[in-house]
Amino acid sequence: MIAFVLNGKPVQVEVPREMPLLWVLRDVLLQSGTKFGCGAGLCGACTVHVDGAAVRSCITDVGAVEGKRVTTIEGLGEGRLHVLQEAWLELDVSQCGYCQPGQIMSAAALLAARPSPTDAEIDEALSGNLCRCGTYPRIRAAVRRAAGGKP
Amino acid sequence: MNVTRRDFLKVGAAVGGGLLVEIWTRPGARAATPAPGQGPFAPSAFLRIAADGVTFVCPQVEMGQGVQTGLAMLVAEELEIAPSALRVVAAPADRAYDNPAFHVQLTGGSSSVKAAYDPMRAAGATAREMLREAAARTWKVPVSECRAADGAVTHAPTGRRASYAELADEAARSEVPRNPPLRSGDFRVIGKPLRRVDARPKVDGSGVYGIDVRVPGMLFAAVVRCPVPGGTVKGFDAAPARGVPGVVDVIQIPPGVAVLARDTWSARQGADRLRVQWDEGPVAALDSARLLEEWRAAAASDEGKGIRSEGDAARALSGASRKVEATYHAPFLAHATLEPQNATAHVTADRCEVWAPTQGPGPAKETARQITGLGADQIQVHTTLVGGGFGRRIPQDFVAEAVWCAKAAGKPVKVTWSREDDFRHDVYRPAALHVLSGALAADGSPAAWSHRIVTPSIMKQAGGEFVAATLPFWVPTGVKRALGRVASYFMSRADESAVEGADKVPYAVPNVSVRFVAREPGVPVGFWRSVGHSHTAFAVESFVDELAHAAGKDPYRYRQGLLAGAPRNRAVLDLVAARSGWGEPLPPGRARGIAQHASFDSFAAAVAEVEVKGSAIAVRRVVIGLDCGRVVNPNLVAAQLEGSVVFGLGAALKQEITWKRGRVEQSNFNDFDLLRIDECPVIEVHLVPGDAPPTGVGEPGVPPVAPAVANAVFAATGKRLRSLPLRLPG
Repeated sequence: MIAFVLNGKPVQVEVPREMPLLWVLRDVLLQSGTKFGCGAGLCGACTVHVDGAAVRSCITDVGAVEGKRVTTIEGLGEGRLHVLQEAWLELDVSQCGYCQPGQIMSAAALLAARPSPTDAEIDEALSGNLCRCGTYPRIRAAVRRAAGGKP
Repeated sequence: MNVTRRDFLKVGAAVGGGLLVEIWTRPGARAATPAPGQGPFAPSAFLRIAADGVTFVCPQVEMGQGVQTGLAMLVAEELEIAPSALRVVAAPADRAYDNPAFHVQLTGGSSSVKAAYDPMRAAGATAREMLREAAARTWKVPVSECRAADGAVTHAPTGRRASYAELADEAARSEVPRNPPLRSGDFRVIGKPLRRVDARPKVDGSGVYGIDVRVPGMLFAAVVRCPVPGGTVKGFDAAPARGVPGVVDVIQIPPGVAVLARDTWSARQGADRLRVQWDEGPVAALDSARLLEEWRAAAASDEGKGIRSEGDAARALSGASRKVEATYHAPFLAHATLEPQNATAHVTADRCEVWAPTQGPGPAKETARQITGLGADQIQVHTTLVGGGFGRRIPQDFVAEAVWCAKAAGKPVKVTWSREDDFRHDVYRPAALHVLSGALAADGSPAAWSHRIVTPSIMKQAGGEFVAATLPFWVPTGVKRALGRVASYFMSRADESAVEGADKVPYAVPNVSVRFVAREPGVPVGFWRSVGHSHTAFAVESFVDELAHAAGKDPYRYRQGLLAGAPRNRAVLDLVAARSGWGEPLPPGRARGIAQHASFDSFAAAVAEVEVKGSAIAVRRVVIGLDCGRVVNPNLVAAQLEGSVVFGLGAALKQEITWKRGRVEQSNFNDFDLLRIDECPVIEVHLVPGDAPPTGVGEPGVPPVAPAVANAVFAATGKRLRSLPLRLPG
């Protein structure tokens, strides 16, 4: 039995410790907002927060988050929309939308650490999150807007 | 309106009351509208107005391009309602929703808005008139005094007002108007940069993509396929897979061996432990380097099919004093949709249900029918959110796998591909070799143009008798037929997917020869965003640039001078030149390149600004222009162009699929990378205003990107890169 806190609520799962957190979230805890894209930490679609830090859940064993706080896209806004999600809607960032939970989770970790990031810091923080539809210009603008700057 | 309304309009009482308007059904086709009380299966209506409001059943698949928003705007414009007041849902698989461009229910070819522009507006207008008639009857007032606006009908003299929902039942009894008037220019919705109707579930994690489908009692499957295209299972040892906790069963299905488990990860663990012996088949020796040598030899031979011949290019070339010759190469490419291929199916004795992120609900249903033997009314296809399409989800191989697994298991099964599966079992953008020769007249203008193209034909695989030979054998015949119809659509537009964009080069040249040499190395190939244009534009627009430099002319002015007979090409070229500051000085190491290309009945051009440091190419700014006729939603068109630039840059700078011993050498994003945000330039979008009928948007922005970058690299370095992806020697 592995226990951790998911989006503010304690959860317990009976799975192998080496099962990736991604699949525990999706298939066991039925939180499918966190996406599978590569299984190798290369695309960022599976990004979640563990104790506030952005991690790739597809290469994180669930055993490694025992006793920790895990936040997913479903819990990011704590019942409301996070300022980043609002900005995403205002600028119509999403196309297919599949990568966007991961993009938003990476951006949220950035803003938590750097409330007013430079353009270079935005690019660096999000360079591990791939988008095939090509929404990068709007992602940049939305992060700037959420950070209180101009898009 | 040039459509016979009777052919696509069907109006009646909706199931459960209210008004139902169907549009664009094929002549004579009848939707499978169920009897009342049969539940939500196949409602087959495009527009349903009932007590619960107005529902628009979008016939085209939303895969990120914004079609639900765009088509809802067309309906809303004439229905006199805010688009945001429409509830938009995805259509089920039903012939009533066939795309009139293909006669199959499929989204692709940048066809949606073009095909939907008249029918969707007519549907809105028809409903509007019937609602006005209903109000007039109810209130016993002249219909001319009843005004439809903002989701309600009002009668000013008496101050009466009734919402569409309130009028729906009575409206179903109205006579169907013969020619409801359509707005011709005084639009209230069309042309406005409205926000997407599908945005919210994509930012809060609640959106359900195919990979997120959950059905009670379901199993999770991973499939091991032959690493060589066309290979088959000789034998396998299931024991190590069965030993993995969570694995429930191991079964053979036509494309390989499937491991069924209680969760996705256990299925993958089992698949990784399977030992399968393959009969690799005739493609087992395929090798990219050797293939290129064969194609060079083929290009030098006399074989091939004449695509275009004007004047006498051979004679003009042989007698020319100034000649330019160049060979270009574009590699095979994967689609790399960020959502890997997947599908879920549940098959019982008399029923089959499929949930899939598909571009073709019609072909998906046909696939299920072929495998299960059930009738059309026993098969239900739910199109989920689609995590990127780009042409990959036109073939239904992933749906077939789910149906086979579900049929064998007797339980619902979701098949999820790994990223490695996705890269190694794609239907690839065909590689192509382009050999061009040009002769310059005394004034530097081109006197002769000879273009020879060596590439596989998608049409042969997807549309013709080669389907059976080159697609995996298990692809159902109905799907092959459906794809054949799509193929014939493309063939009617441009002789072959292989040469589109090279066949109608708009530049004024007196002697032209274009020939196509088909080569079929056994690689599954398919439609990839902008299809043949994605490589022909690279060759043609690089070569025009080479001619301009050989003539000592500015590449923009040179093109401009040759486009007198192609005013829309020229206008969008002029637009990007002006907006990019063409000709103005740039910092050292930076340079601009330009390209224009028409595709999908639209006209696009781009200027790329690159910075070269050592052997590193960085694209700093791209100015892209599009003339797509009337713009329905500039916000969405801009998004498609931004995406087209990023998609085009990935191919220009980073991506290739190569073969060794019959196997794809790439495996994941480490060796087939997408453009990343820190590589993304500033992108500026400019649209040519116009009121011509709407044309393609999703694809036409891609073709000019790679040649604009290659031309900029030449301007910066003097080095002409003729092979994609563009790489400067280190």
